[in-house]
Amino acid sequence: MQIPIDTFTLDNGLFVTLSEDHTAPIVAVNLWYHVGSANERAGRTGFAHLFEHMLFQGSASVGANEHFELVQRAGGTLNGSTWLDRTNYYETVPSNQLELALWLEANRMGYLLPAMTQQKLDTQRDVVQNERRWSMDNQPYGSWWERLPALCFPQSHPFHHSLIGSMSDLDAASLEDIEQFFTTYYTPDNAVLSIAGDFDRAEARRLVERHFGPIPRGAGKPPLPDMTLPPTLGGPLREVVPDDVVLPRLFLAFRSPVFGSDDYYAASVCGAILGLKKGSRLHRRLVRERQIAAEAQSFTYDLTKGSDLLVLDVTARPESSSEELERAVNEEVDRLRDEGVAAEEVARAVTLIETELIVALQSAGDRADKLSLFATYFGDPSLVNTQAARYREVTPERVNAFARARLGTDNRASLLYVPRDTETTSANQELAEVGAR
Amino acid sequence: MTGTTTQTSGPTPRPTPTEPRNYHFPAFHRRTLPNGMRLVVAPVTKLPLVSITAVIDAGASVEREGQDGVAALTAQLLLEGAAGLDGAALTDRFERIGTSVDAHADWDAATVSLTVLAERLPDALALVRDLLRAPDFPEREVARLKDERLAELLQLRAEPRGLADEQFSRAVYAPTARYAAPAGGSAASVRALTRDVVRGFYAERYRPTSTTLVFVGEVSVDRAAELALELFGDWQGDVATTIERAVDASPITRLARVVAKADASQSEVRVGHAGLPRRHPDYFETTVMNAVLGGLFSSRINLNLREAHGYTYGAFSAFEWRRAAGPFMIQTAVKSDVTGAAVREILHEIERMRSQEISTDELTLATSYLDGVFPIRYETTSAIATALSNLVIHDLPEHFYDDYRVRVRRVTTEDVLRAAQRHLHPDRLRIVVVGDPAVIATPLGEIHGAPVETVTPDGAEVAA
Repeated sequence: MQIPIDTFTLDNGLFVTLSEDHTAPIVAVNLWYHVGSANERAGRTGFAHLFEHMLFQGSASVGANEHFELVQRAGGTLNGSTWLDRTNYYETVPSNQLELALWLEANRMGYLLPAMTQQKLDTQRDVVQNERRWSMDNQPYGSWWERLPALCFPQSHPFHHSLIGSMSDLDAASLEDIEQFFTTYYTPDNAVLSIAGDFDRAEARRLVERHFGPIPRGAGKPPLPDMTLPPTLGGPLREVVPDDVVLPRLFLAFRSPVFGSDDYYAASVCGAILGLKKGSRLHRRLVRERQIAAEAQSFTYDLTKGSDLLVLDVTARPESSSEELERAVNEEVDRLRDEGVAAEEVARAVTLIETELIVALQSAGDRADKLSLFATYFGDPSLVNTQAARYREVTPERVNAFARARLGTDNRASLLYVPRDTETTSANQELAEVGAR
Repeated sequence: MTGTTTQTSGPTPRPTPTEPRNYHFPAFHRRTLPNGMRLVVAPVTKLPLVSITAVIDAGASVEREGQDGVAALTAQLLLEGAAGLDGAALTDRFERIGTSVDAHADWDAATVSLTVLAERLPDALALVRDLLRAPDFPEREVARLKDERLAELLQLRAEPRGLADEQFSRAVYAPTARYAAPAGGSAASVRALTRDVVRGFYAERYRPTSTTLVFVGEVSVDRAAELALELFGDWQGDVATTIERAVDASPITRLARVVAKADASQSEVRVGHAGLPRRHPDYFETTVMNAVLGGLFSSRINLNLREAHGYTYGAFSAFEWRRAAGPFMIQTAVKSDVTGAAVREILHEIERMRSQEISTDELTLATSYLDGVFPIRYETTSAIATALSNLVIHDLPEHFYDDYRVRVRRVTTEDVLRAAQRHLHPDRLRIVVVGDPAVIATPLGEIHGAPVETVTPDGAEVAA
C-alpha cells in the first residue's frame, strides 16, 4: 500500500505535504508544531497543553468559541492534542471547505496574540485543571500518566516531568508566558502542514501560499538539553502506589530503541508478541491459562529522541495478589529473553501490524496525521509508505537480540498499583457517619 | 481614513466555501439464502480490505427472566472454542491471517465482526462459520468468562465514570425493567449463569433466519453471496421465538441520588430520564434538538459549563437509541465544590430548550454540522458495516442513509421546540452524582427540594 505524496516548502519555512484521494468529498488538514511538554521551562509543567487549549480561544479574525463553531457549521470535525515532543491541530471538513480550515489555522499561527485575554486564560486554566482531575486524579490508576515517565527518565531529562502539569504550575501560567511561547514555537518554520483527501494540488498550493505565505519566519527556538540516555535503566526500578483501586495493576516499562531506528521495529514486534491482542503471550499465559490476569496489553511511546519506552500493562484478577501478578509478568519476560521467540510468533505479530497499518490509512485525518508525523520527526513524509516493509524485515534473530539487550532485570521499571485498603476502610467509616447524621 | 497606508501583511480575509461535491452513501444490495439467512453487501473499492459483521437477533433485550447477562456471555464464548478448536487455537487462526475478531452482545443484537485483507476473506468467513454454527462452550471457559465479568463489575465500583453510568441506568428504569441492570448482567445474575443456560440461549437465538451477514469493502455482491452460500447454505434452524419482556418501564417522578465516593476531587454527574425508541417518528427533530442542547462541542450545555464557567473539561448530552426507549442522558464531571451550581445550569438549559424556540443560527449550526459530517462518518469499511448493521437491527427504511441529510436539513426551529417539549421531561429527571456526599449532598438537596438519597458504590442505601 502506497499513498501518493507531494511536498513543498514556503519561503517562511513551513513544510507542506499533500496526499490526494478523491474517494469521498472530504479533506483533512493537519498541523504539527514541533513543541511539546519537553520544551517547557522549570515551574511551567503543563504549559504546552494549556497553550493548546488557548489556540481554540480565537485569534485576530476569529471570535472566542468561534473556531469550533465555524468548523462544525461547515460540517467538520476538529481537535488538537499535546504530546511530549509535539502538538497537533487538525480538522476534517467537506472538501469545499478546505480554505476555511487553512484560513483558521493560518489566522491563529499568524495572529493569535490580539485575541488573548486574562479571562480566557483563567477559564482554560480551570478547564485544564478539571481535565487533570477527570483523567488522572479522580480516575483509578490515572496517575500512571505522570508516574511512569517520571520513573523511567531521570529528573533532569525533558521527558521526566508531567505533561498535564501540576496544579500550582498551571496556576502560575501568565499571559506573558503565552506571548513568549507563541513567539518562540508557533512559527511556520517550526511546523508541518499536511493536507489529505479530495483537493486539487495546484489549488491547495495556491491557498496555502495565500494564507500562510505572509506569516513571518520565527527567530529560532532554544535547543533542548542533551536527550541522550544509556540504553538501559541501569538497574531495576520499582514504585508501589496505593490507590483507590480494587485490582492490582502493573506497568512494566523498558527503555527501548527510538522510533524510526532499525531496532525500533524489532522492539515493536517483541512488544506485540508479548501483548498485542489475545494471541499474545501475556494474554495466552496469564489471562487464559493461569487466570492470574484480567487484562494484558503492550504499547510503545514512539519517542524519537533519547529513548523510547516499551510498556507491558497487566491488570490482576481479584484472586491474585500484586506479588503474584508482578512475579508472573516478570517470568514471562524472563522466558522470552532466555528462550527467544518462534518464527510463527513474529509472523503473527507482523501480519496483525500490517493490517493495522492499512486500516489506519482509510481515514483522511489519519493519513494527514501520519504524513505530519514523519515530516516532523524525520523531514520525510514518504516514510509512511515504508513502514510495512520495515516490519516485514524483522526476523526472530533481531527480536531475540533486542530481548537480550533490553529485557534484562537491569532495564525494568515496575509501576505497581495496589488497593489502598486502609483508605477504603476509612472511607467506608466516613460513609457510615454521613448516613448516621 | 485619510491618506493611504501600505498594508504589507495582515490576516487574510475569511474565505467562502466553493460548491460542494456530491456524496452518496455506498450502494448496498440484499440477498437471502434459501435457509432464510440474509446478506447485505456494499462493494467499496478504495483499499484492499473487507469488513464483515454477522448480526444476530440475540441481544440482552431478548434474554429470559433470571438470565441477565447470558446474551453477552454467549457471544463472547463463541470465540472460546468451536468446531473442535479451543479458544487459543481459534484466536491463532484469526490472528495469523492478520485480523482479530470481536464478538459481543449489546441490547439489541449480538455481533461478530472483523476487518481483513480482501485476499483473506474466504479464510476469515470460514472461521466465522465455525463460531456461529459450531461453538463448543467449554465448561472451563464459561467459568473463566464469568469470573472476568465479575472482576469487571468489581472494578466498576472504583471507577467513577462507569459507576455513574451504571447507577444512572438503575435510577432511570423500574427495578423490573431489563434496562435497569447492565447489559452484561449484574454480579448476582452472572453468578447464576451456567453452561446449560448458555447452550439453551444459543440454541434458541442463533438461527439462520435471525442472522444477517454484512459485507463492506473490496468484494462483489456475487462473490459474497457465493461464499455465504458455500459456508452457511446448509445451516438449518427454525425461526427464533419471540420474547415478551418489559425492558424500558420507567418511573415518572424526580429523583436525586448521591453515590458516595469520599474525598472525590470531582463529581461525575448524570442527569436525564428514559428517552424514546429508535423508530420513533420524531427521530430527526430529537437528534437536532439534542445537538443544540448538548450534542456538539458548541452546544448550549458545553459552552455554558465549560467555556463560560470553567466547571468542567466537557459536558454532553445524548439519546441512546435502542429498539425500546433507551436513556436520554446529560453527562459531565465537575469540580466537587461547583456540583450544585453545575446541576442548576443543566436544569436551566433543559428548561430553556422547552420554553422558547432556538435561534436560526443555532438551528443551522446543528443541521449543517449533521449534514456535512455525514460523509466523514463513513470513511471506513467498518463504520459502513456498523451503519448497515443498524439498518438491520432497527429495521430502518431502505433509503434511510440516502435520505438522512435531507431529513436533517428539513428540521425547523418549531420542530425542535416541539421535540424538546415532548421528549425532555423536567418532572421525571433522575439526577445521579458519584462524588463526596459531605460536599455535594446539601446543594443537591436544595436543587431537588428534598433530601437526596445516598447509596454506596454497590447500590446499598445508606440509612438516613
